Amino acid sequence: MLLAFFYTLRTLKIPVGTQEWLCLMETLSQDLSGCSLDRFYAVARSILVKSEALYDAFDQAFLACFKGVAGDFNIKKEIFDWLNRMVDPKNRPELPPDVEKLDLAELQRRFRERLEEQLEQHHGGNYWIGTGGTSPFGHSGTHPSGIRVGGPGGGRSAIKVAEERRFQNYRHDRVLDTRQLKVALKRLRRLDRIGNRLELNLPKTIDATCRNAGDIEIVMEPIHKNQSELLLLMDVGGSMDPYASMMEALFSAAHASTHFKAFHYYYFHNCIYDRVFENMNLRKAIPTQELFRKYRNSHYVVFVGDACMAPYELFSKGGIIDYGEYNQTSGIDRLKRLLHHFPQSVWLNPEPERSWHYHPTIRAVASLIKMYPLSIRGLTDAINDLRRGPSALKVSSSQQVDATF
Amino acid sequence: MKQPKYQGTQDYVASDELQEVVNVALAVGRPLLLKGEPGTGKTLLAASIANSLGRPLLRWNIKSTTKAMDGLYLYDTVQRLNDSRFGDGDVSDIKRYIKLGKMGEAFVSEKPVVLLIDEIDKADLEFPNDLLAEIDEMRFYIPETKEEIRALQRPLVVITSNSEKELPDAFLRRCVFHFIEFPDEHMMERIVKVHFPDLESKMVQAALKRFYVIRNKSNLRKPPSTSELIDWLHALLAMGMKPADLEGEAPLLGCLLKNEQDLVVHL
Repeated sequence: MLLAFFYTLRTLKIPVGTQEWLCLMETLSQDLSGCSLDRFYAVARSILVKSEALYDAFDQAFLACFKGVAGDFNIKKEIFDWLNRMVDPKNRPELPPDVEKLDLAELQRRFRERLEEQLEQHHGGNYWIGTGGTSPFGHSGTHPSGIRVGGPGGGRSAIKVAEERRFQNYRHDRVLDTRQLKVALKRLRRLDRIGNRLELNLPKTIDATCRNAGDIEIVMEPIHKNQSELLLLMDVGGSMDPYASMMEALFSAAHASTHFKAFHYYYFHNCIYDRVFENMNLRKAIPTQELFRKYRNSHYVVFVGDACMAPYELFSKGGIIDYGEYNQTSGIDRLKRLLHHFPQSVWLNPEPERSWHYHPTIRAVASLIKMYPLSIRGLTDAINDLRRGPSALKVSSSQQVDATF
Repeated sequence: MKQPKYQGTQDYVASDELQEVVNVALAVGRPLLLKGEPGTGKTLLAASIANSLGRPLLRWNIKSTTKAMDGLYLYDTVQRLNDSRFGDGDVSDIKRYIKLGKMGEAFVSEKPVVLLIDEIDKADLEFPNDLLAEIDEMRFYIPETKEEIRALQRPLVVITSNSEKELPDAFLRRCVFHFIEFPDEHMMERIVKVHFPDLESKMVQAALKRFYVIRNKSNLRKPPSTSELIDWLHALLAMGMKPADLEGEAPLLGCLLKNEQDLVVHL
């Protein structure tokens, strides 16, 4: 059963390794966690899960493996009604020393039996279902094992805790605030010591001098410079309106980051054609060609867009949707050229990932540029791949979908 | 020998789950990594553990410039040079110029200690990786004196993080992890009682009610936490407020909301 739990965790993408598992086994063998499922929940989680973002997945795995264990019984409503009366905790009777500790199967068997037999209310006593007393059934009693029926529990059971799934909000795949985006973007920083300008490294100079028995030894180093440059290209088409706040968060995070040597941004409508725009109302434009001249190919390029459009908007010359415009180059060819110049490009898509496959234009774009969901995890993955360089950004052939129409 | 167990202290309310996790960390001898919203008592927990187990607490505050080496030892070459020129003492004894850092101190302590590495995420990304071997094997080597410092008593290492940076996997694998959740009202009442044993319950109820209404506003940038609630209560008491004063517009909001947008939202 425990091993099944281990593999359920792994299927739910919780990175548990043998080392952690053995550590858990060691803890269990020290009898720290006793025999209760609640304690097992706390102990297992602390050892196996290393991020609150994975707590929710852990809850799911825990439910899947242990839910049946807690037992579900059909209990009539009126039984609950008379059970749900408060009992003063101070009046709880002392347990007789010889009270039986029951294992779960035995407990469940007896509980069913008792449900059959019992005809009236009971409070106190040690046999029937009722409040107080030392019978294992009912609530507010003192039996160490036992089944709580109705009433407030002293502590919540692990299954209940897991069922609440309180940690859903901490999942990685949510979209969140600017600060987290900034933390993610920070990882794009690439600090190198380059160039001919040298600076004095004072701490190292002092250290070297002292180790040199007082003969001055000066340590000079090239200046530390941040080398990463970011170009952000954002879709502001009508279909992007629902995602405006997400875009805003990403933009302000990128804008406020001081981790780039250069940060530039342009807007486009649905797809990139002959021109890109400098502001959101799509008035001031520069030719897309300009980007090649202005920005070196070492720039990181992040496209943000839903890539949802009519196929002709992507594949045909003159497919541009804006009235009075005409594009000499089809959108897809334009994207190819951009990608050729900026090999370090990624695409962030706010559409739910599962729907990507159904949109022909998303499929086509994703077969060119590696696509990630617009979420904290998506951005983190994208940035990890950007850091690894162009080879990590190749769309693998298995992901390439047929983009001919 | 059976190890003493942590069961919370008078001045710190620890949930059952948290107590369990601390005891696991003690039993398996691994560092305890704590995360949670700022102000949920991560740092205080270390003090509470030390208090409850009767161990000394060593506190290593991490800053953005902290290096792993700082926690182990420092070879004070400047002092040595100074002594060799102007001072007295035996300069040939390098040992005199080796100053142990917090982790070093924890290792050489005769009594088992609680070592708090506070806000580990403030340091450089590589910082946790540089401590892997030391945390694993509980020893390090000082090349200058050809000496090995080995933990006499395995310290309980408590590490706190505000998740400003992600910690490396290899480091995480060695830790026992717990995320301190924001306390619910029931728990919060207990916490308040600990800090204000004499406060009448009517006032506590009124303040808590107000507090949770403010906190549960969805669009807050920085929701107030336990420590802000405690500060607020202190302020309310200092101003001689009565439960009735808490109705209507909440007084002294500045204690709870630290962000001007939040204040605007609330007003």
